[in-house]
Amino acid sequence: MLLYILKRVGQGLISIVGASIVIFFVSRLSGDPIVLLLPTEAPPAVVEQVRRDMGLAEPLWRQYLIFAGNALTGDFGNSYRWQAPALSLVLDRLPATIYLALAALLFSILLSVPFGVLSAVYRGSWIDTLGKGFAMLGQAMPNFWVGLLLILVLAIGFNLLPAYGYGTPAHIIMPAIALGWYPVAAQTRIVRSAMLDVLDSDYIRMGRAVGASERVLIWKYALRNAAIPLVTILGVYFAAMLGGAFVVETIFAWPGVGRTVVEAVFSRDFPVVQAGVLLTSILFVTSNLLVDLSYGLIDPRIRYDR
Amino acid sequence: MTADAGALATLPARGPLALLMARLRGRGLPWLSMLMLAIVIVAAIGGEALAPHDPNGLDLGAAFRPPAWAEKGSWAYPLGTDNLGRDILSRIIAGARVSVVSALYAIVFAGSIGGLIGMISGYFGGIVDAVIMRLVDIQLSIPALALALVIAAVFGADFGTVIVVIIVTYWTWYARIVRGEILSLKEREYVALAKVAGCGTGTIFFRHLLPNIMNTLLVLSTLQVGQVIIFEASLSFLGLGIQAPDVSWGLMLSDARNYLTNAWWAITMPGIAIMLTCLSANMVGDWLRDTLDPKRRQL
Repeated sequence: MLLYILKRVGQGLISIVGASIVIFFVSRLSGDPIVLLLPTEAPPAVVEQVRRDMGLAEPLWRQYLIFAGNALTGDFGNSYRWQAPALSLVLDRLPATIYLALAALLFSILLSVPFGVLSAVYRGSWIDTLGKGFAMLGQAMPNFWVGLLLILVLAIGFNLLPAYGYGTPAHIIMPAIALGWYPVAAQTRIVRSAMLDVLDSDYIRMGRAVGASERVLIWKYALRNAAIPLVTILGVYFAAMLGGAFVVETIFAWPGVGRTVVEAVFSRDFPVVQAGVLLTSILFVTSNLLVDLSYGLIDPRIRYDR
Repeated sequence: MTADAGALATLPARGPLALLMARLRGRGLPWLSMLMLAIVIVAAIGGEALAPHDPNGLDLGAAFRPPAWAEKGSWAYPLGTDNLGRDILSRIIAGARVSVVSALYAIVFAGSIGGLIGMISGYFGGIVDAVIMRLVDIQLSIPALALALVIAAVFGADFGTVIVVIIVTYWTWYARIVRGEILSLKEREYVALAKVAGCGTGTIFFRHLLPNIMNTLLVLSTLQVGQVIIFEASLSFLGLGIQAPDVSWGLMLSDARNYLTNAWWAITMPGIAIMLTCLSANMVGDWLRDTLDPKRRQL
């Protein structure tokens, strides 16, 4: 068990270091960052001075080591645009993104669990077909389009919800639906097939034989086991939500990491882009890691000593 | 009766294509989806030539015309016009090309690169496999859109950026799944026999292994089309992909967002185009998977 945890944590660290290498070298492919910092008419002596001060005269691999070393202490440099530490700019926006991702996840669970259970219990019925159709539609609609349609109908058409912004509980509803729509399909499928397996098992048949009510059997005993695959995969979807948040935050003017990074791309504010993307990767790897490690806690039948 | 006899007569030499044709009989949904995809492909090839109006033709006098069936709509602009009086149907037809080309790049490049890497990883195993799988992990640890943002920040936003990101993102899919297939295929006797018979690695790869993973590659590619189209639309929507005067569905949505209150059709129609295309591609993909590999229906 311990060995397994160490191995997975090690793999996670390799992924994060790899991600930082990719992010660093891709950013440097643009050529000299000096060009962005100084006016074009700056005298060559000044350019040389700044280059040396910023460590840009060093070979690339040493620059990467310096970048990684600074990143470990939380220093990504200052934002070119805001003159403030890039990491703190991004970290300030992190709670809003996590709030949005969790709300989206909650929305997708509220939809996929009942749909998954009902389509397993009433296999082949209209509910099953409806669930399938719904899921297929969800996977074919881009999240930003869902968001725009929601704004069009709920905010502009019926004036029910604020079209964008942050603050009240009403503000979270549309972004959460737009972001949480996509995983519903896959989650429904997971719950459905897990439920089909469980409903077929001995203990459910046993429960039926001793006269337990069908409702208790399905929603209490069966769902508790059928939910294991869903719970274990939620971390993966949480991570996916972080990626989707880049677009959804932009439409709803949601003050999260995604929107900050998108804005930074347009002003070519590399420190903020690097800090934001690396932070997203770290969250991504961490939640996937927690998923793997949580298997054993959620389902004691799983052992790691294989 | 004679038709059946004909079909039976071809049975012994039945390749995958014949199998698919036989399974297609009397099925409505796959046909409909394939028809939809065919329409999109024709639009992508024909482009401007098929469009009733110039996709970039400004006509401020005709701005904000609603679709033909709505009040004040006219059949001259079946799906209405945008804020500059450009015909939305023509723009959707012209925008199909970007979606189809993105999907083609993903299939051809991400598919062949990822497929080959997956074969190498699965076949050789050991250190090669470990290194490749770590690379896949690293790739997967950066969300695709985040990587796109870094690349767009560096190279600027254009179609080239979109293509690079699509290939860099989607090869991992193929690599992982093909690797899994190869792991079990390479234990088969015919591979061992081919080795004993003196076949080189190239021959084993392309004559013996590749034909066995063709179905998987086909299904994966089809299922990926929808994702790639949505990905491209997202990038163009953010302003990181296609730039005007080129037309793409994501870009149309990005424009329409600015006058959401004036023209519901401008935001609805390109989205429906994306939705129907992705839906069709996913349905064809699901159907191919079920047909070619009945064991995996739960996947």
